[in-house]
Amino acid sequence: MEKTQILSEINEIFKDVLDNDEILINEATKASDIDEWDSLSHIQLVVAIEKYFKIKFSSSEIREWKDVGEMIKSIQSK
Amino acid sequence: MKSFNEIKKNLKKDFSSLKKIRVAVVGDSSTQFLTQSLRGYAYEEGYDFEIYEADFDQIERQIFDTSSSLYEFKPEFVIIFQGTQKLIKKFYKVDKSNATTFSEEHIKTVENFYFTLTNNLKTKVIYFNFSEINDNVFGNFSTKVEQSFTYQLRKINFELMNLSIRNKNFFTMDYCAISSMFGKQKSFDSKIYYITDMVLSLDVLPWVAKNITDIISAISGKFKKCLILDLDNTMWGGIIGDDGIENIQIGDLGIGKAFTELQLWIKQLKERGIILAVCSKNNESTAKEPFEKHPDMVLSLNDIAVFVANWDNKADNIRYIQSVLNIGFDSMVFLDDNPFERNMVRTHVPDVLVPELPEDPSLYLEHLLELNLFETASFSEEDGDRTKQYQEEAGRVVAQKSFTNEDDFLADLNMISEVKGFNKFNAPRVAQLSQRSNQFNLRTVRYTEDDIEKLSSSKEHASLSFTLKDKFGDNGLISVIILLKQKDTMFIDTWLMSCRVLKRGMENFTLNTIIKIARENGFSTICGEYIPTSKNAMVQDHYARLGFVEENSKWYLNVSNYQEKKCFITANY
Repeated sequence: MEKTQILSEINEIFKDVLDNDEILINEATKASDIDEWDSLSHIQLVVAIEKYFKIKFSSSEIREWKDVGEMIKSIQSK
Repeated sequence: MKSFNEIKKNLKKDFSSLKKIRVAVVGDSSTQFLTQSLRGYAYEEGYDFEIYEADFDQIERQIFDTSSSLYEFKPEFVIIFQGTQKLIKKFYKVDKSNATTFSEEHIKTVENFYFTLTNNLKTKVIYFNFSEINDNVFGNFSTKVEQSFTYQLRKINFELMNLSIRNKNFFTMDYCAISSMFGKQKSFDSKIYYITDMVLSLDVLPWVAKNITDIISAISGKFKKCLILDLDNTMWGGIIGDDGIENIQIGDLGIGKAFTELQLWIKQLKERGIILAVCSKNNESTAKEPFEKHPDMVLSLNDIAVFVANWDNKADNIRYIQSVLNIGFDSMVFLDDNPFERNMVRTHVPDVLVPELPEDPSLYLEHLLELNLFETASFSEEDGDRTKQYQEEAGRVVAQKSFTNEDDFLADLNMISEVKGFNKFNAPRVAQLSQRSNQFNLRTVRYTEDDIEKLSSSKEHASLSFTLKDKFGDNGLISVIILLKQKDTMFIDTWLMSCRVLKRGMENFTLNTIIKIARENGFSTICGEYIPTSKNAMVQDHYARLGFVEENSKWYLNVSNYQEKKCFITANY
């Protein structure tokens, strides 16, 4: 799947999970850029993305992501 | 069930009009998601849970240090969550020579938690039991080895039930049942566990929150008392009026087994005290035919307290059933396979709980089991007789119609009331009435069995319980009075009565008894108070009706010039 396609789909997941319709993410977006994105909601995001794409991340992937771009790479690799 | 994400969104909503309950959560794993889902789920049920969350893995320190912030918070409920993942670690560290006493030691610790908490706080304890796993150190053979984790784990779960029986304010949250419903793979996400130290998956959290809320809600007096049943395609497959008695599916015919098993479960509910009623669009004689003649029917007409079969709309029929039973709409559940009827009842009688039913009858029972509709906070042996009592009541309604004069009717009932103080025999029923009575309850103070036993020996209080029987049957213990002695005045802390004995002159009889006690003990005044709730408007004029005089929103009655009120009840002390 194309990066831009994945980005727009996970943007919707971010909006829903973080309960904020104004969130607009790009590949460089980091947790520190979004107020609602803390270590707890991060877990919710992981679970929601796994369910949506019907994939499973490894625990090291989850810990190593620095930004949205790396998340997208993980999704693409599945 | 809503998802965790949906429930979490409730946290932003306005809780201000909801009933506040103070809840403390302590766990040996991270509990942030648990507290979020608990508060979010409780919102759906109309509660504002004010939650105190202890830092994780602080259970012993928080509980055994009675100056900890847990005690400062003064929770009404303390939820203790210890997970199997932590228990197993503890077990593996135990010297093998002590493995066989591991469960005993654990139960001792839990009971210590309970005693320390309840000796220092007026609180109830809700403890998660454990998801049952096999660690496969012995494989299936572990069931033959007392030293195995599997054996010790299951023994703990078993002993937790005994601990709950021993201690009235200890309640087990049956997490084991939830986790087996989900399976370990869905209820536990090992990846998330290793990253965050959370042992409950996002999928299982709403169910955990629901079950905790169910327990708290039942203890707080909100629970279901009555199940109203549609018949065609709900209690049997097919339509009795069209298909005839030989062709309805029950027992071996078609998918009849699904209906048989549903009826078996409903019969169990009836035997534990849930009142059953029928509300069906049918001719009455047609609707009753399977109950009378079909050999595979589990439920009989004797199991049904009120049987309504006609062609009127179901909302009106449910209102009628409510008026006969005299219980709140919000304590009723209505089962119907027809979405139109379900919506009709939801719209017109919104307080009645109307669960969705799957289209396929073979899924009915499993679906209903998941909903845990009938959580309760008490059980006494006489609960099972409740249906009989309501049938007797229906008999009285018919008898009353044959008397033109109410006094003649009451005199003809030959009513006898047994008046007793609280004792260990009636404490369970007194406590149960205190938890259940919403309508005829002047101050709605809830007492547990433990409280009632304490009151029975209190020097500052006088307590009375009343039974009522008549020629139609025995209603059992139906009214409770708690009097607080204040100098020359007796303050009526509690006056409550079961609504099924309304209009029998029981109020007059009760007041006569109160005055008698006051005279014997040299009190000159009786003082009462009405504290309004959403449900007790029925008694807002109670004291005025009995001749009390209002002063500063309290009601007073002079003992010395009291004229005994007319009643047709004979006392039996």
